Amino acid sequence: MPINGYITVDNMKVPLEGEDNLLKVVRKAGIDLPTFCYHSQLSSYGACRMCVVEVERMGIVASCSVPPTDGMVVRTNTERLRRIRKTILELLLANHDRECTTCGKSSQCKLQELSERFAVSDLRFGKGDKRYAIDHSTPAIVRDPNKCILCGDCVRMCAEVQGVGILDFMYRGSKAMVGPAFGKPLAEVDCVQCGQCTTVCPTGALMLKSYTADVWKALDDPKKTVMVQIAPAVRVALGEEFGMKPGEIVTGKIVAALRRLGFDLVFDTCFTADLTIIEEGNEFVSRLKNGGVLPQFTSCCPGWVKYVEQYHPELIPNISSCKSPQQMFGSVAKKYLAKDMNLDPKDVVVVSIMPCTAKKFEANRPEFSHDGMKDVDYVLSTRELARMIKEAGFSWDDLEIESFDVPFGLGTGAGVIFGNTGGVTEAVLRSTQALLGAKTDTPIVFNEVRGLDGIKEAVVNVEGIDISLAIANSLSAAEKLIEEVQSGKKAYHIIEVMACPGGCIGGGGQPISADPEAKAKRARGLYEADKGLMIRRSHENPYVAELYKQHLGEANSHEAHESLHTEYGHRKRILGEDIKVMVTEGKREGMVDVAVCLGTSCYLKGSYNVLHALMNKIDEMGLADRVNLHGTFCFENCHESPCVKVNGEVKGYAGTEDVAESIIKDRILPILK
Amino acid sequence: MTQDLSSARKFEKINGIIEKNGKSQSALIPILQAVQTEYRYLPEEILTYIATALGIPAATVFGVATFYAQFSLEPKGKYVVRVCDGTACHVRGSMPVYDAIIKRIGLKEGKFTTSDLRFTVETVACLGACGLSPVLMVNDKVYGQMTAEAAEIIIDALLKEEGLV
Repeated sequence: MPINGYITVDNMKVPLEGEDNLLKVVRKAGIDLPTFCYHSQLSSYGACRMCVVEVERMGIVASCSVPPTDGMVVRTNTERLRRIRKTILELLLANHDRECTTCGKSSQCKLQELSERFAVSDLRFGKGDKRYAIDHSTPAIVRDPNKCILCGDCVRMCAEVQGVGILDFMYRGSKAMVGPAFGKPLAEVDCVQCGQCTTVCPTGALMLKSYTADVWKALDDPKKTVMVQIAPAVRVALGEEFGMKPGEIVTGKIVAALRRLGFDLVFDTCFTADLTIIEEGNEFVSRLKNGGVLPQFTSCCPGWVKYVEQYHPELIPNISSCKSPQQMFGSVAKKYLAKDMNLDPKDVVVVSIMPCTAKKFEANRPEFSHDGMKDVDYVLSTRELARMIKEAGFSWDDLEIESFDVPFGLGTGAGVIFGNTGGVTEAVLRSTQALLGAKTDTPIVFNEVRGLDGIKEAVVNVEGIDISLAIANSLSAAEKLIEEVQSGKKAYHIIEVMACPGGCIGGGGQPISADPEAKAKRARGLYEADKGLMIRRSHENPYVAELYKQHLGEANSHEAHESLHTEYGHRKRILGEDIKVMVTEGKREGMVDVAVCLGTSCYLKGSYNVLHALMNKIDEMGLADRVNLHGTFCFENCHESPCVKVNGEVKGYAGTEDVAESIIKDRILPILK
Repeated sequence: MTQDLSSARKFEKINGIIEKNGKSQSALIPILQAVQTEYRYLPEEILTYIATALGIPAATVFGVATFYAQFSLEPKGKYVVRVCDGTACHVRGSMPVYDAIIKRIGLKEGKFTTSDLRFTVETVACLGACGLSPVLMVNDKVYGQMTAEAAEIIIDALLKEEGLV
């Protein structure tokens, strides 16, 4: 980067190398200016004012929001600045639920850390008396407004990086707070539960829901056989919780720790990642050969799957029907391994260690329970596993490495790189010989699909066919890619989507790192781990081959479909009331309830015009007092939009031209007669 | 058991409002203003509909609607009584005026609208008529130099008009 000027920071000369704000330059000079609301991957918001500096001829400014210019003279540590920072902290603390000892964020809380750093010892402002209800509604995320300091980090993360925007500021002044629309619980809005908000929240206002107590209980129960699977991304991040650097590979230590904690069998999700490649790859081949729906989108990421169900119901046929590696594991463990070990599946508890919060949601999806039994019983995040190890009290440093159990403990390098953005794609590319019948093996390493870019592309020629692949790294990148595909600008065969930036290594359940390079380092760690393995192509996994031989038959067989595939549905974004359009108050005999969907899918296909035509026609025919007409949001039948519901029966493809005949004459009048 | 045809007309107007202002995020405030004029408040389901039509998150719409005191998320009464409690009105006794109105209408603590949706009573920071302080407004009509007794007379007249006394 060329140097385009110099500024003076506390008497030090610091070069300007294209930084877009003063804060970056000051931090480059080795001064750790405190911030709550600044994250380099988000827009500058300038709310917390902790990063104030004194600039000659400018006065006191928030350094995050000021562009540096040549010749600036900046002071970062003056009497006035110290006083301002301390006052801000005091004011924040006055409104804050200060029950630190029982807070899950204690010792990792930014507010706690800075209060300590700036020696805030007594508060002049008393204590707030307002208590808000804590939102426990989702299986993944807990929101405690009493701990919110209104920095808006979660708001910008959700809107800017994930493009979802379910959180925003609401109300004003002393009543201001951050939360979902209409103050609803998270479970009633379109939160995909990716947990990225929990990774930027400086306090305990947004945290992941912990299941460690349930897992301890299962471990303590002598009747239960507890199996555990570890996702690839955990092995390059857990060490950070014990003072190691991001990206250090600690697989062997994790296995040893899990045995110490009392898990009976320790397995690797990389095994079912390999299984996913076989199933998903063959699904793709069959789509390609039989003219099926393309592009095929990956389905490993539960945040992405929920996003599609809510925002792109038209793409549901494009999503691979494969369960995610986590759910495949749950399925094969309870169905086949339990049988092979002569265990009653009811006595088997499957625990996953995941870098993810949405996996908690996924494990609780009704599709993944059979006879009241979940395929995956509990999902712990990387952070929760660290907590269990600390709770147990044994020394992490002294743990001798151990290896996974067979048969589901063997994963290939292709399975390991699943944790990185582009990893699934690279794993597919490594197996094109087995999947597409290429004459020779492709190379192992595909550099074009690696790295942290939002969108990546690759083309591979197999037997004269160009297979083109694309990778979306974050949900906002996925949205961009979808727009390009739907507008016809781009065409792909396979699209990989991971909701979290960086892929699973940047998941919402990972340790919260102060190192801005943490994601890149973890990614490098996984590629290193891959390099160290003997088998690096999924289809060469001998235990996967054995599983097919013993139980599944061949890829995409009936049995494989039963155990390893699933279906997706349309999902309402927000729960709420209908719009009353023509409604007679009070119940009467012989009335018909008619509702027209005004949800996004139907709205974009002209459902308002259908509603309008219905209104006019009903009025014209003098039926106004016998028909209750509503506008409503989503019947979860988006593939047939626009939809009209008559007395509980939803039918799709309703156009304005159908109003007189197929809606009023065929569906409404017969009920009225 | 009466057919509420006005709700159909109201809902039809919303689309007109959205079309007129354009489906962009920057049109949100004028849309909300026009919708509130139509419904006298902003029903949740209508806000969801506006979010859908503009293609923006419902949380954003709700955030804007709750930021401005001018927007109401609850139905307002037929008569909206605004008692000015700006500095000038406050020092000249706006609170006794306010208390007298609350008492006359019979509003319970924490309630600002009567259950029959006839009256809403609120305080505002300044009506810009400090020379007439204390001031109150009933819908669009301004009353100056208020006293508790004068306010009671105004409310009594409205109650009479509604046939309530």
